[in-house]
Amino acid sequence: MKLARNDAWIFAFRALCALILLFLLLPLVVIVPLSFSPDKFFSFPPSSFSLKWYASIFTSERWLQAGLNSLFISACATVLATCLGTLAGAGLARYRSRASNLVLGLLLLPMLVPIVITGVGIFFLDAYLGIAGTYASIIIAQALVGLPFVVITVTATLQGFDHDLIKAALSLGASPAKAFTSILIPVIMPGVLAGALFAFAVSFDEIVITLFLVSPGKETIPVQIFSGIRDSINPEITAIASLLLLVSVLMMILAGLLLRDRDKLSSRVGGA
Amino acid sequence: MEDDVLVRFRNVSKTYDGDALAVRNLDLDIRKGEFLTLLGPSGSGKTTTLMMLAGFESPSEGSIWLAGNRIDTLPPHRRGIGVVFQQYALFPHMTVAENIAYPLLCRKRPKHEIREKVRGALELVQLADFANRRPSQLSGGQQQRVALSRALVFEPSIVLMDEPLGALDRKLRETLQIEIRRIHRELKVTIVYVTHDQNEALTMSDRIAVYRNGEISQIGSPDEIYRNPRDSYVATFVGESNLLPGVVEDAGGGTVRVALDDGTLAEAAAPARAALEKGLRIVASLRPENVKACVSPDELPAGHPAGLNRLEGTVADLMFLGEQYRMSVSLGDGRTFIVKSSIGAASRFAIGQSIVMYWDRADLKILEATPRGTDHEARSE
Repeated sequence: MKLARNDAWIFAFRALCALILLFLLLPLVVIVPLSFSPDKFFSFPPSSFSLKWYASIFTSERWLQAGLNSLFISACATVLATCLGTLAGAGLARYRSRASNLVLGLLLLPMLVPIVITGVGIFFLDAYLGIAGTYASIIIAQALVGLPFVVITVTATLQGFDHDLIKAALSLGASPAKAFTSILIPVIMPGVLAGALFAFAVSFDEIVITLFLVSPGKETIPVQIFSGIRDSINPEITAIASLLLLVSVLMMILAGLLLRDRDKLSSRVGGA
Repeated sequence: MEDDVLVRFRNVSKTYDGDALAVRNLDLDIRKGEFLTLLGPSGSGKTTTLMMLAGFESPSEGSIWLAGNRIDTLPPHRRGIGVVFQQYALFPHMTVAENIAYPLLCRKRPKHEIREKVRGALELVQLADFANRRPSQLSGGQQQRVALSRALVFEPSIVLMDEPLGALDRKLRETLQIEIRRIHRELKVTIVYVTHDQNEALTMSDRIAVYRNGEISQIGSPDEIYRNPRDSYVATFVGESNLLPGVVEDAGGGTVRVALDDGTLAEAAAPARAALEKGLRIVASLRPENVKACVSPDELPAGHPAGLNRLEGTVADLMFLGEQYRMSVSLGDGRTFIVKSSIGAASRFAIGQSIVMYWDRADLKILEATPRGTDHEARSE
């Protein structure tokens, strides 16, 4: 009797969880079947199956250029954010003080400040410097937005790092620079790569700041989507969205695998 | 004698916060080829001493010399000193062989030389079959042996070990103690070993430096430290001691006569170091294994001086230690006396029984002239 009531509660709880997940996922997932529809106007369910819109984007000069722009800008922004974020994370983990907490707070600021404000600020600064509209300005701006994610994953990875490894390397004759590159970086590499993935994802999706800085010919995919839906809603959008969704899911899986490796690594450092 | 000294600490002090001294006016000579143990409770300065020698901490005052060169301003990677850590500190992303090759790669040695030395280093610690394993695939004892051979492979003149066996269980610890001793003998390398385990210090060392509150209380061979502790701190930290405060009655000749605080009269050999005079307060120490016990005063051996060198009490506890019994005897005034006796002798005693304890004059050691009271606890870290 009691058992049955428990079962009912567990069922209700699971149903609620399922509903919440559905609520979160449905808007994302509904795009996918739409992208395989041949219809010119959105109608659900699609009348039949077609790869028409995928063919259309892969033959469109505009979308291909946007894809190349996005890949180039995000790749550069990711490398920049990862290098700076890793150095910052390593330094912050080494010197713990009130000043380092302040620096950490400043580094995380781009994540907390409304993105429009950052966009306006960067726009005025870049205009003053005369670099607005260049690839460099977009890359720097997107690196800035990705930086906090690298700092967070790297500092989190370094929490489990055994600093005796560095002391050991120094005592064995490694210069501080050599100890950094040959010991610290390889050991925290999973965390660095996970941070890089996040930075890439953030940069790849970035639109607000990019809209401020973009100039003709340098449109990224999100910018192109945005201008696409502003003028007229074209079903090509659904195909692009589905592709982006796929990329995001793959990156999340990769990041998960990397962070699992990191946990394995830190648990075996002390393990006898 | 001068040439024998490899490391010299001169007037070295270290403070982390500008106030409390972790190490205070340290003068220490480490001899070439010796196995020196720094022994003390946590926070006594032994690890700080080691870290200053390795270069991970710099002295606030004073100087450190290695083979005649001043090294306290040199960064750790230019000192050429091997270090073994308690948690092994093996590089997890490298194989055992790569770990051991690391110091040789840092020194840009030719490939064939590295290969040969790594093989030799692995054989030294009997891990030749494990060259291609990752540290995570080894047991704790094996990991520490890899760390040991990594610290030795570049032939440093001195190797520092910071509680290297602290993370291992007892059986393994004993095996590795023997192995470290063997390596020390074979390679004739100087080893400075930090531990808080007095047994480890006694069994492994050529010399022991007993640390207390940032200073060395006594330095000497294990035998010397155990048999002639300089003060009550050393007497109780290294092995067990019964401490007996009292007043000097007569210091004439080679024998000192002492009135212990409970009224008992006792004799001791006159200490070589300090001149004692009548009326001086002292603390005497007696090792539990040097105390003998019998059931009644009638059983005292014929030669035992009448009315001297004995105490009476009641057995409060009997603890079986394996090779002997440890007996706690309450003296009636609240104090407890510890007696260790052989299994045969102890079989005659039972808890609650009144016994007579006695000892030879030579076994009572007179320690410092002014008892330091109970400030024996080291500061915590």
